[in-house]
Order: sequence, then C-alpha cells, then structure tokens
Amino acid sequence: MSKVGWIRLAVVIVAVGLLEVCCRTGLINRKVVIPPTEMADALWQLLISGQFNDQIARTFGIVLAAIAISVVAGFAFGVAVHAMPRVRQALDPFFATYYAVPIFIFYPVMIVIFGLSAWPIVLMGVATAIVAMVIATLNGLDRIPRVLTKVARVHRMGTVSTALRLKLPAAAPHLFTGVKLVVSYAFIGVIASEFILAPAGLGRVIADAYSDFNNRSMYAMMLLLIIAATVVNMLLHMLDQSWAERRGIGKP
Amino acid sequence: MAADSPDQQIHAQLSGVTRIYPGAAGTKPVHALGPVDLDLKRGEFFAVVGPSGCGKSTLLEVLAGLQPSTAGTVTFEGRPVAGEVPDGIGVVFQEDASFPWLTVWDNAAFGLRRNGFDDAEVRRRVDDALAFMGLKDFARAYPAQLSGGMRQRVCIARTLVLQPRLILLDEPFGALDAQTRLLMGDEVLRLWRRTGATVLLITHALDEAAMLSDRIGAMSARPGRFLDIVVTGWPRERDSKIVSEAAFGEITGRLWDNLRGESMKSLGYAGMTAP
Repeated sequence: MSKVGWIRLAVVIVAVGLLEVCCRTGLINRKVVIPPTEMADALWQLLISGQFNDQIARTFGIVLAAIAISVVAGFAFGVAVHAMPRVRQALDPFFATYYAVPIFIFYPVMIVIFGLSAWPIVLMGVATAIVAMVIATLNGLDRIPRVLTKVARVHRMGTVSTALRLKLPAAAPHLFTGVKLVVSYAFIGVIASEFILAPAGLGRVIADAYSDFNNRSMYAMMLLLIIAATVVNMLLHMLDQSWAERRGIGKP
Repeated sequence: MAADSPDQQIHAQLSGVTRIYPGAAGTKPVHALGPVDLDLKRGEFFAVVGPSGCGKSTLLEVLAGLQPSTAGTVTFEGRPVAGEVPDGIGVVFQEDASFPWLTVWDNAAFGLRRNGFDDAEVRRRVDDALAFMGLKDFARAYPAQLSGGMRQRVCIARTLVLQPRLILLDEPFGALDAQTRLLMGDEVLRLWRRTGATVLLITHALDEAAMLSDRIGAMSARPGRFLDIVVTGWPRERDSKIVSEAAFGEITGRLWDNLRGESMKSLGYAGMTAP
C-alpha cells in the first residue's frame, strides 16, 4: 500500500478507535451511539441469523437495478440530447437545477402508479441517479477531440465504428465519472425512499429499529450499508485509478 | 544548388480549387481558399507556407478528401478525390491525435488491424515503424507517458505502417519547441527518403519549409492563393545541418519577402505595405 493509503487507513482506525473509547468511557451516551465493536458484533449476529437476509437482498437488488437502468438510459438519453444541440440548449437549465428539486416528493405519486412493489423504489433510485449520468455523458461527448473524427475519416471508418472504437474510449473517463456518481446517488435514493415510506428493505429495517429503540439492529444495518457503499466506491476508485495511470494521469 | 529532381509524373493535382464556407445565420460566406492550382510531383517534398488563416489547412483537407471543394477539381493518382479519403493517402494532424487508451504499439497497429492484416504482418510493420521512429523501447507505454514530440512520432508511425503513397502533414510540429522541431524535421526527411512517398507539409515556419522541401508554395492572406513557388534545389540526402548554408538564408529571405505584406494583411494592419 502507498504512503497515502496508510495515512488514509490510519485516519479511519483513529476515528473508529476514538468513537470506541468515547462510547466505552461514557463520554458518548450508549443509548445514543453504541461502540463500533458492538455494531460489528451485532451485524455479524444478524448476518449469521439470516433474520434480514431477504431485506438485504431486496435492497441491494433494487440498488443494482437502479444503477443499471440509470447508466444505460442516462447514457442513451445523453447521446440523443448531444446529437440535438437545440434540444440540449433547451434542457441544459433543467439539468443544472435538477438536484435543487427534492425528488422524494414524487414518491407518493410513484406508489399511486406502481403500488407498494419494488418499482417505486427502483424508480426513485433512477430519478436520483440518472441525471448525473446524462450530464457525464454530455461532458464526455463534448470533450472528444475533434481531430479524432478526422482520424476516423482518414481510416475510412463508418459512424458506428467511429463511435465504438474512437469516441466511446475517448469519452470513457467522463462516462466512468458518471457511473461512480450513479452508484452513490442510487444508494442514497433507494435507502432514503425505503427509510421514508417503503414497506420493506434495509432503509425500512433501520427506520423500524430506530422507532423501537433497537440500537444494535439499527447500527448494525447502518454499518452494513457503510461497508457496502465504501467497498463499492473503493473498487470503482481502484478501477478508475488504474485507467488513469494507464493514460498517464497518475495518482492524485 | 544542384537538385536531384523528383520524378516529374503528377501524383496529385488541384485545378482551380476554391473553398467557400457557407455563412452561419446572418453572416456572410467565408471565402477561405483559392482558386488554387497545384501539381504535386510523385516523390517530391512540397511545403505550403502562408499567414495564419490563409487556408493552408483547408487546402490540405480538400486534397485529402476531408472536405469538399466549392469549385475546381482534385485528383490523386489520376482519380478524382470526392467524399472520402482515398486509399494511399495518410494524414498527420497538428493536434495530438494519438489514442490515449491504447499503448504506443496498439496505436501504431490501429489502421492495420482495421484493414484486416494478419497478425504476423501487423507485428512486422509495427515493429519496423516503431524502430524507425525511435519508439521501440516505448512500445508498451501509453501516449500520456510520452513527450509531445514522441506522441507526434506515434501518430506518424500509425500513418507510416499503412505505407501511404501521399503523406499530408498539417503543421505536425506546431506544438513543439524549436530544437525538437529540427530533430523531427530530420526524422521526416528520413521517412520521406525511405518510403519514397510524396509529402505535402503545411507549416507556418519558414525555416522548417526551407529545410525540408524540394518546393515551397507561398500563399497569400485569405482567400489563400499561391503567390510564389520556390524551388529549393536541395539534394535528396539532406538533414537539419543545411540550416547553416547560405542558400538556406536566401530561401527563407525570399519566402519572407513574399509573405511579409500578406502576414500584415492577415493581422489587420490596414493600409500598411511591405517595403
């Protein structure tokens, strides 16, 4: 591991250790926050008991579906909008202000349309994430060097071949930034929707545990989500880093 | 100056070529080029110099088939150039056109693979081109790990492997420092001698044109027309050392005599004339 990596790890260990000490010594009321080791123990017990496995599977399945739909549809929509400059000019202000609108207000509408199934949650995840992908796609396509189009013509490449073999790889770093944002936003959209209104899922489990003063379950599920989101983001970051190094952009 | 005269056979020809860009809404059309007449002889090294915005790159793109002429005809090896870049023409652009997601080796192999060459032939040609361009030790590197000059050599190697008969260079050293440009000039001369290809170089650098070319076309301010064609008379075996020869100064002086007034016009010095 690099020096920066060690420092990063040390920061996490110190923060967790500090929280542990504060909880154990009573500086932080254990009725409010339980020590991290207890959170880990509670999570382990819940996982081996299988009590919430179906909820865990449901939530991660919904997040995955929201990510997949957002990436595919966001990319397709971005490409279509990029091909129509006037439409783009008209839509740009909406993209710029999209995240200023509290998207969750539409959740009841989704329930009215789709009922209490997983679909309203998937769509809330998509609604939260998709515009990040659209914006990343537009940015990526904007930044394709114009000279590549000339190179394609010199090599007598057709439209599809140019798009797949030159434009897509040239735009890939921006598209991948979009994918990373989609993952984060999808997690937020899905968990928050479950937390507020859904009948099932990890967000619901956390909300119920909170209502029942069941700190062990609540913090265990929160820890699971933190670990899942961190691991996924770390993997994406590593992938991004390896591509960046290949392209000579190097480590930040 | 005794010249090794190139084969007199016409390789590519522009006859009365004009390029007018249609104006955007509410603006006038832009007459960028011409009419221009030019006979490129097989195997010669021809440079085009002229003030900024005079239509040098437009001329190259029209000759390559990258954009249509508004009037006139363009032929390459006796066939009209229209709509697409003909087989046998290679183009190196001023901008870095290397593919950052591919290694140097894969960059060079790109066109060959697209054209369905078998692996052994791809390997042979790419290894040969990289060795020739001094990139053998960087075959597994990515373009971003190389200097600007080396990246431009990658683009030249990618063109070279396809064995073009006409190589069009659009200010390929424009972004490089003066010393690197001189060295790159030597490499282009080696490339030209080895391939026997006809080369058309677009450049704003008079010294570069004077050092590299058999003939140099000096263009007027927009719309670009040829004011003068200067025959350098250099031997085929030459390199950047010729910059110290007296004839080199004479050539650049003659080019500057042609271009000084035109450059002033292009920069907007209205009413001023060259002495």
